[in-house]
Amino acid sequence: METVQEGATTLAEPKKTTMVSGSVALLEGLIAEGTETIFGYPGGAIMPIYDAIYDYKEKLSHILVRHEQCAAHAAQGFARASGKVGVVFATSGPGATNLITGLADAQIDSTPLVCITGQVFATLLGTDAFQETDVINISAPVTKWNYQVTDASEIPAALAKAFYIARSGRPGPVLIDITKNAQIQLFEYEGYTPCNHIRSYRPKPIVRNEYIEEAAALINSAKKPFILFGQGVILGAAEQEFKAFVEKSGIPAAWTILGAGAIPTDHPLNVGMLGMHGNYGPNVQTNSCDVMIAVGMRFDDRVTGRLDKYAKQAKVIHLDIDPAEIDKNVKADIPVWGDCKETLPLLTSLITERTHDSWLAEFKAFEKIEEEQLIRKELEPQSGELTMGEVINQLNILTKGEAIIVSDVGQHQMVACRYGKLNTSRLSVTSGGLGTMGFGLPAAIGAKFGAPDRTVIAVIGDGGFQMTLQELGTIMQFGVDVKILILNNQFLGMVRQWQELFNEKRYSFVDITSPDFVKLAESYYIAGKKVTERENLISSLEEMLNQPGSFLLEVMVAKENNVFPMVPQGSSVSEIRLK
Amino acid sequence: MTMSDSKDIELANAKQEFTITVYTENQIGILNRIAIIFSRRKINIESLNVSPSEIEHIHRFNILITETEEVVRKLARQIEKQVEVLKVYANTNDDIIWQELALYKVPTDVVAEKVFVERLLRENGARVVVIRKDYTVFETTGHRSETDKLIEVLQPYGLIEFVRSARVAIIKDSEGFNSKLREFERREPGQEVIENEFLDKEKNVFTM
Repeated sequence: METVQEGATTLAEPKKTTMVSGSVALLEGLIAEGTETIFGYPGGAIMPIYDAIYDYKEKLSHILVRHEQCAAHAAQGFARASGKVGVVFATSGPGATNLITGLADAQIDSTPLVCITGQVFATLLGTDAFQETDVINISAPVTKWNYQVTDASEIPAALAKAFYIARSGRPGPVLIDITKNAQIQLFEYEGYTPCNHIRSYRPKPIVRNEYIEEAAALINSAKKPFILFGQGVILGAAEQEFKAFVEKSGIPAAWTILGAGAIPTDHPLNVGMLGMHGNYGPNVQTNSCDVMIAVGMRFDDRVTGRLDKYAKQAKVIHLDIDPAEIDKNVKADIPVWGDCKETLPLLTSLITERTHDSWLAEFKAFEKIEEEQLIRKELEPQSGELTMGEVINQLNILTKGEAIIVSDVGQHQMVACRYGKLNTSRLSVTSGGLGTMGFGLPAAIGAKFGAPDRTVIAVIGDGGFQMTLQELGTIMQFGVDVKILILNNQFLGMVRQWQELFNEKRYSFVDITSPDFVKLAESYYIAGKKVTERENLISSLEEMLNQPGSFLLEVMVAKENNVFPMVPQGSSVSEIRLK
Repeated sequence: MTMSDSKDIELANAKQEFTITVYTENQIGILNRIAIIFSRRKINIESLNVSPSEIEHIHRFNILITETEEVVRKLARQIEKQVEVLKVYANTNDDIIWQELALYKVPTDVVAEKVFVERLLRENGARVVVIRKDYTVFETTGHRSETDKLIEVLQPYGLIEFVRSARVAIIKDSEGFNSKLREFERREPGQEVIENEFLDKEKNVFTM
């Protein structure tokens, strides 16, 4: 193993071979792929890799999390904030199974991850060895691709494929399981060659011009066109192309929770959020528009509500990179297959420059109703208990839409996403498809590493925080500058809201008690404060933001506030309730 | 909507047999990745045949399910999304020619002594594969109903064992498949399967 450092060949001289261990080849490959930060946790079956990384401390920074699930979430936060691939290390058995929630979250939210798991020696596979688990089969449904390496010589090519698959096309998580013998084994290393083609894999469907032309014609003849945009715009790095399309077409555009920020939240054509807790106008108008243009979104049930009453009057144009999404939930009249970075400019060039003043005015009218009946009360209450909305509103005023807001899952998430001001993309990080409580804190850690120059605020409920609060240890140890904003309503609020509305207030196990969060932070040497009064809110938020380093601010909010508007499950989006 | 329109829609929404043909790389794990696309949706695979295709490195799956056309179309896209899947076709029974192979093991004395049994076998198109003192193995190929019929016939005469293969199907409208596959493999040869070489070689691998 003395070949560790000098044994590593560079890309400049690929033909010269040297004997290196599988572990060294892995680390060299990660560096070649531009990896700087790894989120991980060591264990028996991954020890040779951890031994190798001991000599790579200057090139690779390893963040020791407190639970493997959080390594995956941190890598997700990193990927979502930076646009790069998040990298995770975990050991076999429980280390690997602990990753599963993170993989499932990354799979459903299309987040590029490369996870490396250690595995027992190849000789022991199938013997129920210590910490052996069949991670390849367990992770198959929640990975875009996975592969087990049993021989060191497979490592460079497997890693290259992993990165290529994770980041290309519709991104997703990939897992490479490496048996311990392969980590130790010396082999003739010929350097690292990145992968840019796999013969059985087509990351992007071929753009078909006839559909672009049909779509443009339909858009040009539309009287009430409506754009729905999702994370595909951001994943395709097509924010500029999308903005150009929206502005030339003059069409009102609404976003899914993961599409937030693809165009700024205060853009005049951005009419708000779609779905169950989205804005009033976009939901109602879904059933009034004549042409629906869906860009990089997948018509999740939380967006569509009842499908047989969803936009039945509209012609649907669906732009997506994943052919399996076309017609999956909503039938597309014109499927525009392809990467929206390519399809959007083609479409923009064929559409006529227009405005839709009276149609847009309809959205503004709905906005006014929502503002008067609901938003003002939520964001600027003059008396009574603190609301989640006013905390986010004050935060917006202080951060001016430039901070990364990482949210957990539940009522506070809906409030943070509805009201969070975002000037650019990659400022909102949340668990959309899987709805993973406990996502917020570790994802915020990762987001800070992904965007070190941004202020990162983790907005978390009292329930979700208690699912992964051990990551305060990671924040402490690595001095991660994350602002933790706990919105404490002393309930598992979203479930309580449903129990109130649909189960006759039979509050079944939603009453959750909490420790003294400020003292808890203190025991991790993290500064903290608790706010209960309105008059202290702004100064406390300022204190949090001005604190050099991490800070925990617990805000006690109204116990039984509900998130509205709401499309009740089983209802049509146009049956959205304001109260 | 006219009557005939609604009938068409009914037909499209009705469940029927579909044979899904999948060309894949020969890689460990792809069988599971394809199988879970069905099991996740609680769809039963009625018959599954996996075998090397006529082209090296490329395998061909035949999967038989009973579903609606719309569900099958979605399934096909999900299967095609798998990194190691090259191509997916979904066909109704009208689009394919298919066969199943069945083997029947019966006591030799029954066949030898009862002439009409032999006649029954011949009438059902069975061929003798093996004759031994104690038993004889017959083989038939055909559709499910045909191979089933012979079970019924042989049951009273001491059928010892029966086995049926999965459906294998040829797509009627598949001109050029072979040459396309061959050209695909020629331009970019597939990779060999890497299997675990270390099982039973404990002495050669350090363990702890």
